[in-house]
Amino acid sequence: MKIGVVTFPGSNCDSDARYASTLTGNETVQLWHKDTSLPAGLDVVILPGGFSYGDYLRTGAIARFSPIMNAVTTFANDGGLVFGICNGFQILCESGLLPGALIRNANLSFVCKDVYLRVENTSSAFTNTVKPSSVLRVPVAHGDGRFTAPQDVIDGLEANGQVLYRYTTPDGAVTKEANPNGSMNNIAGIINASGNVMGLMPHPERACEPLVGSSDGVSVFESLAVHVGLSSAVSA
Amino acid sequence: MKTYIATITVTLRRAILDVQGKAVEHALHSLHMPGFNDVRIGKHIELLLKAPDADTAKDQVEEACKKLLTNPVMEDFSIAINEQNAGVRA
Repeated sequence: MKIGVVTFPGSNCDSDARYASTLTGNETVQLWHKDTSLPAGLDVVILPGGFSYGDYLRTGAIARFSPIMNAVTTFANDGGLVFGICNGFQILCESGLLPGALIRNANLSFVCKDVYLRVENTSSAFTNTVKPSSVLRVPVAHGDGRFTAPQDVIDGLEANGQVLYRYTTPDGAVTKEANPNGSMNNIAGIINASGNVMGLMPHPERACEPLVGSSDGVSVFESLAVHVGLSSAVSA
Repeated sequence: MKTYIATITVTLRRAILDVQGKAVEHALHSLHMPGFNDVRIGKHIELLLKAPDADTAKDQVEEACKKLLTNPVMEDFSIAINEQNAGVRA
């Protein structure tokens, strides 16, 4: 599987994302925000965390107009797998590839700590190796992570199984205290209706080695490898 | 073509809880100013543009607001257009 990681001015998790991608035996390529096309044979594009364009105006608002985003949008519309982590999630919402918006944390503070995520849908390209209702420990690090959308959009996401991850207690209970940013319905990660574009505020790429306290984040990269493997087996 | 100053006020949509506004409201109340309510914090953007008339200028700024300056999912905006140096010339 070939994974491309975009570096925007101000990205700071692109190296971690490439490192995590290689752990599951994937080929990774660095993509540059000024590129106007994607390399041939790419299976996944990752928009990494960071503070693209200094978070000026709104998080992700300027990055979404980067030259490479036209190619990423075409790739996504053609069914290509796109994974936005933290700032990448914000960019995907700004670009309209995912619904909703990520606004200032309810407590008005930057939150940097480990959180617990219950996996809500284990049939997606990003979660297929996870046992149903598993709880993962993964860090968050953001100031603008409160997922917000009109109520009918939230209802639609819930009804269609598009909420992939929810902030919970270590036991998997959805509580106000377990929600680090005030996101509606404790939503931490969502997928688009076609199932190929995912946004997640926490950082699975920072939880891929026991050395750093958790390797629960590997499941995303394993799931992608399984999904791409199955897809290529079907097409071959 | 005339030069206009556009002043854009951006606020969170009414349906979205403005936590900064709430915090400031509580601070005002604790400073014994109980008469202040419904505090809302937003952004102020100013820009200059050239346009044949004020209506065209407003249309252009509105397009910029919808495309880049605001995010309609979470924000509302209002625009005021004034001709630059209008007062001096009058």
